[in-house]
Amino acid sequence: MANFTENVGRATLNRLDYVGNLSLGLWAAVRALRTTLPLSGNRYRWRASIVQMLQIGVDATPMVGLMAMCSGFILAMQGASELRRFSAMSLVIPLVAIGFTREIGPLLTAIAVSGRSGSAISAEIGTMMVTEEIDTLKVMAFDPMEFVVAPKLLAALITIPCLTVVCNLCGIFAGWIFMFFSTHLGLKLYLREALDSLVLRDVVSGLIKSIAFATIIVLVGCLEGFSVRGGPEAVGRSTTAGVVKSTFLVIVADMFFTAIFYFTGKH
Amino acid sequence: MSIISVRDLVVEYGGRRVLDGLNLEVEAGETMVLLGGSGAGKSSLLRNLLGLERPQSGSVEIKGIDITRCARTELNRIRRSIGVSFQSAALFNSLSVEENVALALREHTSLAPSIIELDVWLKLASVGLANCGKLYPQELSGGMRKRASVARALALDPEILVFDEPSAGLDPIVAAELDELILLLKRVFQMTIVVVTHELASAFRIADRIAMLYEGSFLAIGTKAEITASQNPHIRQFLDRVPDMVEPTQVLGSFFEKYLRSPEVTR
Repeated sequence: MANFTENVGRATLNRLDYVGNLSLGLWAAVRALRTTLPLSGNRYRWRASIVQMLQIGVDATPMVGLMAMCSGFILAMQGASELRRFSAMSLVIPLVAIGFTREIGPLLTAIAVSGRSGSAISAEIGTMMVTEEIDTLKVMAFDPMEFVVAPKLLAALITIPCLTVVCNLCGIFAGWIFMFFSTHLGLKLYLREALDSLVLRDVVSGLIKSIAFATIIVLVGCLEGFSVRGGPEAVGRSTTAGVVKSTFLVIVADMFFTAIFYFTGKH
Repeated sequence: MSIISVRDLVVEYGGRRVLDGLNLEVEAGETMVLLGGSGAGKSSLLRNLLGLERPQSGSVEIKGIDITRCARTELNRIRRSIGVSFQSAALFNSLSVEENVALALREHTSLAPSIIELDVWLKLASVGLANCGKLYPQELSGGMRKRASVARALALDPEILVFDEPSAGLDPIVAAELDELILLLKRVFQMTIVVVTHELASAFRIADRIAMLYEGSFLAIGTKAEITASQNPHIRQFLDRVPDMVEPTQVLGSFFEKYLRSPEVTR
Protein backbone atom coordinates (compact mmCIF):
# COMPACT_ATOMS: atom_id res chain seq x y z
CA MET A 1 0.00 0.00 0.00
CA ALA A 2 2.82 2.36 0.94
CA ASN A 3 4.55 1.55 -2.36
CA PHE A 4 1.38 2.28 -4.30
CA THR A 5 0.92 5.62 -2.52
CA GLU A 6 4.58 6.48 -3.11
CA ASN A 7 4.30 5.66 -6.81
CA VAL A 8 1.14 7.72 -7.21
CA GLY A 9 2.75 10.61 -5.35
CA ARG A 10 5.93 10.41 -7.42
CA ALA A 11 3.97 10.21 -10.70
CA THR A 12 1.85 13.20 -9.66
CA LEU A 13 4.94 15.23 -8.77
CA ASN A 14 6.54 14.30 -12.11
CA ARG A 15 3.44 15.47 -14.00
CA LEU A 16 3.33 18.71 -12.00
CA ASP A 17 7.02 19.19 -12.68
CA TYR A 18 6.36 18.74 -16.40
CA VAL A 19 3.51 21.25 -16.38
CA GLY A 20 5.73 23.66 -14.43
CA ASN A 21 8.49 23.30 -17.03
CA LEU A 22 5.93 23.88 -19.80
CA SER A 23 4.75 27.07 -18.07
CA LEU A 24 8.33 28.33 -17.66
CA GLY A 25 9.00 27.45 -21.31
CA LEU A 26 5.86 29.34 -22.35
CA TRP A 27 6.94 32.44 -20.43
CA ALA A 28 10.46 32.34 -21.92
CA ALA A 29 9.12 31.70 -25.43
CA VAL A 30 6.60 34.54 -25.24
CA ARG A 31 9.36 36.87 -24.03
CA ALA A 32 11.58 35.74 -26.91
CA LEU A 33 8.74 36.11 -29.43
CA ARG A 34 9.27 39.86 -29.86
CA THR A 35 12.68 39.20 -31.47
CA THR A 36 10.96 37.39 -34.35
CA LEU A 37 8.62 40.24 -35.27
CA PRO A 38 9.18 41.62 -38.78
CA LEU A 39 9.90 45.31 -38.13
CA SER A 40 10.93 45.65 -34.49
CA GLY A 41 12.70 42.29 -34.12
CA ASN A 42 15.81 40.65 -35.52
CA ARG A 43 15.56 40.17 -39.29
CA TYR A 44 17.36 36.78 -39.14
CA ARG A 45 14.75 35.45 -36.70
CA TRP A 46 11.95 36.74 -38.95
CA ARG A 47 13.54 34.93 -41.90
CA ALA A 48 13.82 31.77 -39.79
CA SER A 49 10.13 32.18 -38.91
CA ILE A 50 9.19 32.33 -42.60
CA VAL A 51 11.11 29.11 -43.26
CA GLN A 52 9.25 27.52 -40.33
CA MET A 53 5.91 28.80 -41.67
CA LEU A 54 6.62 27.02 -44.94
CA GLN A 55 7.52 23.80 -43.13
CA ILE A 56 4.75 23.82 -40.52
CA GLY A 57 2.00 25.43 -42.58
CA VAL A 58 2.40 25.34 -46.35
CA ASP A 59 3.92 21.86 -46.57
CA ALA A 60 1.17 20.45 -44.34
CA THR A 61 -1.73 21.94 -46.35
CA PRO A 62 -2.29 19.01 -48.77
CA MET A 63 -2.29 16.46 -45.95
CA VAL A 64 -4.60 18.51 -43.70
CA GLY A 65 -6.91 19.21 -46.66
CA LEU A 66 -7.14 15.54 -47.59
CA MET A 67 -7.75 14.47 -43.99
CA ALA A 68 -10.47 17.13 -43.68
CA MET A 69 -12.15 15.99 -46.89
CA CYS A 70 -12.24 12.38 -45.66
CA SER A 71 -13.49 13.41 -42.20
CA GLY A 72 -16.12 15.75 -43.66
CA PHE A 73 -17.42 12.95 -45.87
CA ILE A 74 -17.46 10.50 -42.95
CA LEU A 75 -19.25 12.98 -40.67
CA ALA A 76 -21.87 13.72 -43.32
CA MET A 77 -22.48 10.00 -43.98
CA GLN A 78 -22.70 9.10 -40.30
CA GLY A 79 -25.01 12.04 -39.63
CA ALA A 80 -27.20 11.25 -42.62
CA SER A 81 -27.56 7.58 -41.68
CA GLU A 82 -29.36 8.62 -38.45
CA LEU A 83 -31.02 11.90 -39.52
CA ARG A 84 -32.53 10.27 -42.60
CA ARG A 85 -34.75 8.17 -40.29
CA PHE A 86 -36.31 11.40 -38.97
CA SER A 87 -36.51 12.98 -42.44
CA ALA A 88 -34.03 15.58 -41.22
CA MET A 89 -31.36 15.29 -43.93
CA SER A 90 -31.12 19.09 -44.06
CA LEU A 91 -29.59 19.00 -40.56
CA VAL A 92 -26.51 17.30 -42.00
CA ILE A 93 -25.40 20.74 -43.24
CA PRO A 94 -25.27 22.45 -39.80
CA LEU A 95 -23.85 19.27 -38.31
CA VAL A 96 -20.88 19.38 -40.66
CA ALA A 97 -20.49 23.16 -40.62
CA ILE A 98 -20.72 23.62 -36.85
CA GLY A 99 -18.91 20.35 -36.11
CA PHE A 100 -15.94 21.39 -38.22
CA THR A 101 -15.64 25.05 -37.22
CA ARG A 102 -16.05 24.45 -33.51
CA GLU A 103 -14.41 21.10 -32.99
CA ILE A 104 -13.16 18.83 -35.76
CA GLY A 105 -11.24 21.47 -37.73
CA PRO A 106 -9.00 22.68 -34.88
CA LEU A 107 -8.55 19.19 -33.41
CA LEU A 108 -7.82 17.44 -36.71
CA THR A 109 -5.35 20.15 -37.72
CA ALA A 110 -3.63 20.00 -34.33
CA ILE A 111 -3.29 16.20 -34.47
CA ALA A 112 -1.94 16.33 -38.03
CA VAL A 113 0.57 19.08 -37.18
CA SER A 114 1.54 17.36 -33.93
CA GLY A 115 2.41 14.15 -35.79
CA ARG A 116 4.13 15.98 -38.61
CA SER A 117 5.81 19.06 -37.16
CA GLY A 118 5.76 18.33 -33.41
CA SER A 119 7.87 15.24 -33.98
CA ALA A 120 10.17 17.16 -36.35
CA ILE A 121 10.68 19.88 -33.72
CA SER A 122 11.58 17.30 -31.02
CA ALA A 123 13.94 15.48 -33.38
CA GLU A 124 15.62 18.68 -34.57
CA ILE A 125 16.25 20.08 -31.10
CA GLY A 126 17.15 16.64 -29.71
CA THR A 127 19.77 16.21 -32.42
CA MET A 128 21.08 19.71 -31.70
CA MET A 129 21.44 18.68 -28.03
CA VAL A 130 23.33 15.49 -28.93
CA THR A 131 25.65 17.25 -31.38
CA GLU A 132 26.36 20.07 -28.89
CA GLU A 133 24.80 22.70 -31.19
CA ILE A 134 22.62 24.05 -28.36
CA ASP A 135 25.71 24.39 -26.14
CA THR A 136 27.45 26.12 -29.04
CA LEU A 137 24.59 28.62 -29.31
CA LYS A 138 24.88 29.35 -25.58
CA VAL A 139 28.66 29.85 -25.64
CA MET A 140 28.23 32.09 -28.71
CA ALA A 141 26.01 34.26 -26.46
CA PHE A 142 22.78 33.33 -28.24
CA ASP A 143 19.63 32.46 -26.34
CA PRO A 144 18.35 29.08 -27.65
CA MET A 145 14.78 30.16 -26.82
CA GLU A 146 15.20 33.17 -29.07
CA PHE A 147 17.23 31.37 -31.73
CA VAL A 148 15.42 28.03 -31.95
CA VAL A 149 12.05 28.16 -30.19
CA ALA A 150 10.65 31.64 -30.94
CA PRO A 151 10.66 31.32 -34.78
CA LYS A 152 8.86 27.97 -34.50
CA LEU A 153 6.30 29.36 -32.07
CA LEU A 154 5.57 32.43 -34.21
CA ALA A 155 5.27 30.23 -37.31
CA ALA A 156 2.88 27.85 -35.55
CA LEU A 157 0.78 30.71 -34.11
CA ILE A 158 0.30 32.11 -37.61
CA THR A 159 0.01 28.96 -39.71
CA ILE A 160 -2.02 26.60 -37.50
CA PRO A 161 -5.09 28.92 -37.37
CA CYS A 162 -4.74 29.32 -41.16
CA LEU A 163 -4.51 25.54 -41.57
CA THR A 164 -7.59 25.23 -39.34
CA VAL A 165 -9.54 27.52 -41.70
CA VAL A 166 -8.37 25.39 -44.66
CA CYS A 167 -9.40 22.26 -42.76
CA ASN A 168 -12.86 23.74 -42.03
CA LEU A 169 -13.40 24.72 -45.68
CA CYS A 170 -12.31 21.31 -46.97
CA GLY A 171 -14.48 19.46 -44.44
CA ILE A 172 -17.54 21.57 -45.24
CA PHE A 173 -16.89 21.11 -48.99
CA ALA A 174 -16.70 17.32 -48.50
CA GLY A 175 -20.09 17.54 -46.77
CA TRP A 176 -21.49 19.17 -49.94
CA ILE A 177 -20.06 16.36 -52.13
CA PHE A 178 -21.99 13.85 -50.03
CA MET A 179 -25.16 15.97 -50.10
CA PHE A 180 -24.83 16.43 -53.88
CA PHE A 181 -24.65 12.69 -54.52
CA SER A 182 -27.39 11.80 -52.03
CA THR A 183 -29.88 14.70 -52.53
CA HIS A 184 -28.59 16.59 -55.65
CA LEU A 185 -28.23 19.74 -53.50
CA GLY A 186 -26.55 22.64 -55.31
CA LEU A 187 -23.35 24.18 -53.94
CA LYS A 188 -24.80 27.70 -53.58
CA LEU A 189 -27.76 26.51 -51.53
CA TYR A 190 -25.50 24.24 -49.43
CA LEU A 191 -23.11 27.10 -48.67
CA ARG A 192 -25.98 29.45 -47.79
CA GLU A 193 -27.37 26.85 -45.39
CA ALA A 194 -23.94 26.24 -43.91
CA LEU A 195 -23.27 29.97 -43.40
CA ASP A 196 -26.74 30.51 -41.92
CA SER A 197 -26.08 27.78 -39.36
CA LEU A 198 -22.80 29.37 -38.21
CA VAL A 199 -22.34 32.32 -35.89
CA LEU A 200 -19.15 34.32 -35.42
CA ARG A 201 -18.65 32.72 -32.03
CA ASP A 202 -18.26 29.27 -33.65
CA VAL A 203 -15.44 30.49 -35.87
CA VAL A 204 -13.73 32.49 -33.11
CA SER A 205 -13.89 29.64 -30.59
CA GLY A 206 -12.30 27.30 -33.15
CA LEU A 207 -9.53 29.78 -33.88
CA ILE A 208 -8.86 30.38 -30.16
CA LYS A 209 -8.52 26.63 -29.74
CA SER A 210 -6.14 26.42 -32.69
CA ILE A 211 -3.89 29.10 -31.16
CA ALA A 212 -3.78 27.18 -27.87
CA PHE A 213 -3.05 23.93 -29.72
CA ALA A 214 -0.24 25.59 -31.69
CA THR A 215 1.37 26.74 -28.44
CA ILE A 216 1.07 23.25 -26.91
CA ILE A 217 2.54 21.47 -29.95
CA VAL A 218 5.57 23.76 -30.20
CA LEU A 219 6.27 23.92 -26.47
CA VAL A 220 5.96 20.17 -25.89
CA GLY A 221 8.09 19.45 -28.97
CA CYS A 222 10.77 21.88 -27.80
CA LEU A 223 10.69 20.68 -24.17
CA GLU A 224 11.09 17.05 -25.25
CA GLY A 225 13.93 18.05 -27.57
CA PHE A 226 15.74 20.02 -24.87
CA SER A 227 15.40 17.11 -22.43
CA VAL A 228 17.43 14.77 -24.68
CA ARG A 229 20.48 13.39 -22.90
CA GLY A 230 22.83 10.79 -24.31
CA GLY A 231 22.92 9.48 -27.84
CA PRO A 232 20.73 9.10 -30.94
CA GLU A 233 18.36 6.59 -29.29
CA ALA A 234 17.33 9.36 -26.86
CA VAL A 235 16.33 11.49 -29.87
CA GLY A 236 13.98 8.71 -31.03
CA ARG A 237 12.46 8.45 -27.56
CA SER A 238 11.96 12.21 -27.31
CA THR A 239 10.30 12.31 -30.73
CA THR A 240 7.78 9.64 -29.74
CA ALA A 241 7.19 11.27 -26.36
CA GLY A 242 6.73 14.65 -28.04
CA VAL A 243 3.94 13.38 -30.31
CA VAL A 244 2.18 11.36 -27.60
CA LYS A 245 2.31 14.14 -24.98
CA SER A 246 1.33 16.94 -27.34
CA THR A 247 -1.62 14.94 -28.74
CA PHE A 248 -2.78 14.11 -25.22
CA LEU A 249 -2.43 17.71 -24.03
CA VAL A 250 -4.20 19.00 -27.14
CA ILE A 251 -7.20 16.79 -26.34
CA VAL A 252 -7.18 17.85 -22.67
CA ALA A 253 -6.97 21.51 -23.71
CA ASP A 254 -9.79 20.94 -26.21
CA MET A 255 -12.01 19.59 -23.45
CA PHE A 256 -11.08 22.53 -21.24
CA PHE A 257 -11.83 25.14 -23.92
CA THR A 258 -15.03 23.41 -25.01
CA ALA A 259 -16.22 23.46 -21.40
CA ILE A 260 -15.43 27.18 -21.12
CA PHE A 261 -17.26 28.00 -24.36
CA TYR A 262 -20.17 25.75 -23.39
CA PHE A 263 -20.69 27.31 -19.97
CA THR A 264 -20.06 30.89 -21.06
CA GLY A 265 -22.32 30.54 -24.11
CA LYS A 266 -25.26 29.06 -22.21
CA HIS A 267 -26.85 32.36 -21.34
CA MET B 1 47.68 38.02 -14.16
CA SER B 2 45.08 35.24 -14.13
CA ILE B 3 42.48 35.48 -16.84
CA ILE B 4 40.66 32.40 -15.50
CA SER B 5 40.41 31.60 -11.77
CA VAL B 6 38.65 28.52 -10.48
CA ARG B 7 38.21 28.48 -6.70
CA ASP B 8 36.94 25.58 -4.56
CA LEU B 9 34.73 24.34 -7.40
CA VAL B 10 32.37 21.56 -6.34
CA VAL B 11 30.05 19.88 -8.84
CA GLU B 12 27.64 17.07 -8.00
CA TYR B 13 25.20 15.11 -10.16
CA GLY B 14 22.44 13.42 -8.17
CA GLY B 15 24.48 13.47 -4.97
CA ARG B 16 27.58 12.04 -6.71
CA ARG B 17 30.53 14.42 -6.41
CA VAL B 18 32.20 14.85 -9.81
CA LEU B 19 34.47 17.81 -9.08
CA ASP B 20 35.79 18.06 -5.55
CA GLY B 21 36.93 21.56 -4.63
CA LEU B 22 39.07 22.38 -7.66
CA ASN B 23 41.43 25.36 -7.71
CA LEU B 24 43.06 26.53 -10.93
CA GLU B 25 44.64 29.73 -12.23
CA VAL B 26 45.17 30.22 -15.97
CA GLU B 27 47.49 33.09 -16.86
CA ALA B 28 46.74 35.38 -19.81
CA GLY B 29 48.51 34.18 -22.94
CA GLU B 30 49.35 30.67 -21.76
CA THR B 31 48.15 27.32 -23.09
CA MET B 32 46.68 25.26 -20.27
CA VAL B 33 45.89 21.62 -20.99
CA LEU B 34 43.38 19.85 -18.75
CA LEU B 35 44.50 16.25 -18.96
CA GLY B 36 42.76 13.23 -17.53
CA GLY B 37 41.21 9.88 -18.24
CA SER B 38 37.58 9.04 -18.93
CA GLY B 39 35.32 10.02 -16.03
CA ALA B 40 37.97 12.23 -14.44
CA GLY B 41 35.67 15.26 -14.63
CA LYS B 42 37.20 17.09 -17.61
CA SER B 43 33.90 17.69 -19.40
CA SER B 44 32.18 18.86 -16.20
CA LEU B 45 35.02 21.30 -15.55
CA LEU B 46 34.79 22.56 -19.13
CA ARG B 47 31.01 23.07 -18.88
CA ASN B 48 31.53 25.08 -15.68
CA LEU B 49 34.32 27.14 -17.27
CA LEU B 50 31.88 28.04 -20.08
CA GLY B 51 28.98 28.81 -17.74
CA LEU B 52 26.88 25.96 -19.17
CA GLU B 53 26.27 24.61 -15.67
CA ARG B 54 26.04 26.09 -12.20
CA PRO B 55 28.25 24.41 -9.61
CA GLN B 56 27.11 23.38 -6.12
CA SER B 57 29.71 25.72 -4.64
CA GLY B 58 32.86 27.59 -5.54
CA SER B 59 33.47 30.16 -8.22
CA VAL B 60 34.74 30.49 -11.79
CA GLU B 61 36.10 33.94 -12.52
CA ILE B 62 36.82 34.96 -16.08
CA LYS B 63 38.48 38.35 -16.51
CA GLY B 64 37.60 39.06 -12.89
CA ILE B 65 33.89 38.31 -13.19
CA ASP B 66 32.38 35.34 -11.39
CA ILE B 67 30.33 33.66 -14.11
CA THR B 68 28.61 31.34 -11.63
CA ARG B 69 26.79 34.28 -10.05
CA CYS B 70 26.65 37.05 -12.65
CA ALA B 71 23.55 38.11 -14.60
CA ARG B 72 22.83 36.56 -18.00
CA THR B 73 23.70 39.76 -19.88
CA GLU B 74 27.07 39.88 -18.11
CA LEU B 75 27.62 36.17 -18.85
CA ASN B 76 26.86 36.74 -22.53
CA ARG B 77 29.30 39.67 -22.60
CA ILE B 78 32.01 37.40 -21.16
CA ARG B 79 31.10 34.63 -23.59
CA ARG B 80 31.74 36.94 -26.54
CA SER B 81 35.39 37.01 -25.48
CA ILE B 82 35.60 33.20 -25.48
CA GLY B 83 35.78 31.04 -28.60
CA VAL B 84 34.92 27.36 -28.24
CA SER B 85 35.61 24.42 -30.51
CA PHE B 86 33.59 21.44 -29.31
CA GLN B 87 34.54 17.78 -29.63
CA SER B 88 31.89 17.13 -32.30
CA ALA B 89 32.72 20.44 -34.07
CA ALA B 90 28.99 21.31 -33.60
CA LEU B 91 28.69 23.21 -36.86
CA PHE B 92 25.14 24.21 -37.78
CA ASN B 93 24.26 21.81 -40.59
CA SER B 94 21.68 24.12 -42.15
CA LEU B 95 24.32 26.81 -42.69
CA SER B 96 27.31 26.76 -45.03
CA VAL B 97 30.81 26.96 -43.53
CA GLU B 98 31.07 30.70 -44.18
CA GLU B 99 27.59 31.29 -42.75
CA ASN B 100 28.65 29.37 -39.63
CA VAL B 101 31.66 31.66 -39.23
CA ALA B 102 29.68 34.81 -40.09
CA LEU B 103 26.84 34.06 -37.66
CA ALA B 104 28.35 35.71 -34.57
CA LEU B 105 29.68 38.65 -36.61
CA ARG B 106 26.25 39.31 -38.14
CA GLU B 107 24.39 39.07 -34.87
CA HIS B 108 26.82 40.59 -32.36
CA THR B 109 28.46 43.35 -34.40
CA SER B 110 27.28 46.16 -36.66
CA LEU B 111 29.93 45.51 -39.31
CA ALA B 112 29.02 46.06 -42.96
CA PRO B 113 28.35 42.85 -44.94
CA SER B 114 31.46 43.41 -47.11
CA ILE B 115 33.65 43.66 -43.98
CA ILE B 116 32.04 40.52 -42.52
CA GLU B 117 32.71 38.70 -45.80
CA LEU B 118 36.37 39.74 -45.68
CA ASP B 119 36.69 38.81 -41.99
CA VAL B 120 35.12 35.40 -42.62
CA TRP B 121 37.54 34.76 -45.47
CA LEU B 122 40.49 35.73 -43.24
CA LYS B 123 39.34 33.41 -40.46
CA LEU B 124 38.81 30.53 -42.90
CA ALA B 125 42.20 31.20 -44.50
CA SER B 126 43.89 31.17 -41.09
CA VAL B 127 42.70 27.56 -40.60
CA GLY B 128 43.42 26.53 -44.20
CA LEU B 129 39.83 26.47 -45.44
CA ALA B 130 39.81 29.58 -47.64
CA ASN B 131 38.26 27.71 -50.55
CA CYS B 132 35.67 25.77 -48.54
CA GLY B 133 33.36 28.59 -47.44
CA LYS B 134 30.50 27.62 -49.73
CA LEU B 135 30.53 23.97 -48.62
CA TYR B 136 28.10 22.60 -46.03
CA PRO B 137 29.37 20.80 -42.88
CA GLN B 138 28.20 17.40 -44.14
CA GLU B 139 30.48 17.84 -47.18
CA LEU B 140 33.61 18.21 -45.00
CA SER B 141 35.96 15.56 -43.59
CA GLY B 142 36.39 15.21 -39.79
CA GLY B 143 39.57 17.29 -39.74
CA MET B 144 38.05 19.99 -41.92
CA ARG B 145 34.99 20.19 -39.68
CA LYS B 146 37.25 20.68 -36.65
CA ARG B 147 39.15 23.44 -38.44
CA ALA B 148 35.90 25.07 -39.53
CA SER B 149 34.74 25.07 -35.92
CA VAL B 150 38.04 26.74 -34.95
CA ALA B 151 37.43 29.41 -37.61
CA ARG B 152 33.96 30.00 -36.14
CA ALA B 153 35.44 30.17 -32.62
CA LEU B 154 37.87 32.85 -33.88
CA ALA B 155 35.08 34.94 -35.44
CA LEU B 156 34.85 37.58 -32.70
CA ASP B 157 38.63 37.65 -32.07
CA PRO B 158 38.30 36.08 -28.61
CA GLU B 159 40.79 36.54 -25.81
CA ILE B 160 40.33 32.92 -24.72
CA LEU B 161 40.10 29.93 -27.04
CA VAL B 162 38.78 26.65 -25.65
CA PHE B 163 39.19 23.26 -27.31
CA ASP B 164 37.26 20.20 -26.20
CA GLU B 165 39.11 17.02 -27.22
CA PRO B 166 40.54 18.51 -30.43
CA SER B 167 42.17 15.24 -31.57
CA ALA B 168 39.21 12.95 -30.86
CA GLY B 169 38.20 10.86 -33.85
CA LEU B 170 41.05 12.13 -36.05
CA ASP B 171 43.92 10.12 -37.53
CA PRO B 172 47.39 10.91 -36.10
CA ILE B 173 48.41 13.05 -39.08
CA VAL B 174 45.29 15.25 -39.00
CA ALA B 175 45.51 15.40 -35.17
CA ALA B 176 49.13 16.59 -35.44
CA GLU B 177 48.07 19.19 -38.03
CA LEU B 178 45.46 20.46 -35.59
CA ASP B 179 48.10 20.68 -32.82
CA GLU B 180 50.28 22.78 -35.12
CA LEU B 181 47.27 24.97 -35.92
CA ILE B 182 46.69 25.58 -32.18
CA LEU B 183 50.36 26.54 -31.74
CA LEU B 184 50.15 28.83 -34.78
CA LEU B 185 46.98 30.53 -33.53
CA LYS B 186 48.58 31.18 -30.18
CA ARG B 187 51.67 32.69 -31.83
CA VAL B 188 49.67 34.86 -34.22
CA PHE B 189 46.73 35.98 -32.08
CA GLN B 190 48.48 35.90 -28.63
CA MET B 191 45.42 34.39 -27.00
CA THR B 192 44.91 32.28 -23.90
CA ILE B 193 44.18 28.69 -24.87
CA VAL B 194 42.51 26.02 -22.74
CA VAL B 195 42.51 22.48 -24.12
CA VAL B 196 40.64 19.54 -22.63
CA THR B 197 42.11 16.26 -23.81
CA HIS B 198 43.20 12.76 -22.88
CA GLU B 199 45.71 12.53 -25.75
CA LEU B 200 49.20 12.56 -24.24
CA ALA B 201 51.11 13.36 -27.43
CA SER B 202 48.84 16.28 -28.23
CA ALA B 203 48.92 17.59 -24.64
CA PHE B 204 52.73 17.54 -24.46
CA ARG B 205 53.05 19.19 -27.88
CA ILE B 206 50.84 22.21 -27.24
CA ALA B 207 50.84 22.82 -23.46
CA ASP B 208 52.64 25.53 -21.53
CA ARG B 209 51.22 24.00 -18.36
CA ILE B 210 49.24 20.84 -17.70
CA ALA B 211 46.58 20.28 -15.03
CA MET B 212 46.22 16.56 -14.37
CA LEU B 213 42.68 15.65 -13.30
CA TYR B 214 41.85 12.40 -11.51
CA GLU B 215 38.47 11.50 -9.99
CA GLY B 216 37.38 15.12 -9.67
CA SER B 217 40.61 16.52 -8.17
CA PHE B 218 43.82 17.92 -9.58
CA LEU B 219 46.74 15.57 -8.91
CA ALA B 220 49.23 18.11 -10.22
CA ILE B 221 49.38 21.40 -12.05
CA GLY B 222 52.69 22.26 -13.64
CA THR B 223 54.90 22.52 -16.67
CA LYS B 224 55.45 19.57 -19.01
CA ALA B 225 58.76 18.80 -17.27
CA GLU B 226 57.14 18.88 -13.81
CA ILE B 227 54.34 16.54 -14.90
CA THR B 228 56.79 14.16 -16.60
CA ALA B 229 58.96 14.07 -13.46
CA SER B 230 56.00 13.44 -11.15
CA GLN B 231 56.12 10.24 -9.09
CA ASN B 232 52.41 10.28 -8.24
CA PRO B 233 51.22 6.71 -8.97
CA HIS B 234 48.08 7.83 -10.84
CA ILE B 235 50.07 10.25 -13.02
CA ARG B 236 52.68 7.58 -13.68
CA GLN B 237 49.96 5.08 -14.56
CA PHE B 238 48.42 7.57 -17.03
CA LEU B 239 51.74 8.60 -18.59
CA ASP B 240 53.06 5.01 -18.79
CA ARG B 241 49.68 3.70 -20.11
CA VAL B 242 49.34 0.97 -17.45
CA PRO B 243 45.93 -0.77 -17.57
CA ASP B 244 43.78 -0.67 -14.43
CA MET B 245 42.13 -4.09 -14.49
CA VAL B 246 44.72 -6.74 -15.36
CA GLU B 247 43.07 -9.67 -13.53
CA PRO B 248 39.67 -9.67 -15.27
CA THR B 249 41.42 -9.47 -18.65
CA GLN B 250 43.55 -12.50 -17.73
CA VAL B 251 40.49 -14.45 -16.55
CA LEU B 252 38.69 -13.65 -19.79
CA GLY B 253 41.79 -14.63 -21.81
CA SER B 254 42.07 -18.01 -20.13
CA PHE B 255 38.33 -18.61 -20.66
CA PHE B 256 38.69 -18.05 -24.40
CA GLU B 257 41.81 -20.23 -24.55
CA LYS B 258 39.93 -23.06 -22.82
CA TYR B 259 37.00 -22.63 -25.18
CA LEU B 260 39.24 -22.74 -28.26
CA ARG B 261 40.84 -25.98 -27.01
CA SER B 262 37.48 -27.61 -26.22
CA PRO B 263 36.33 -30.61 -28.31
CA GLU B 264 33.33 -28.64 -29.68
CA VAL B 265 35.65 -26.21 -31.43
CA THR B 266 38.51 -28.57 -32.34
CA ARG B 267 36.15 -31.21 -33.82
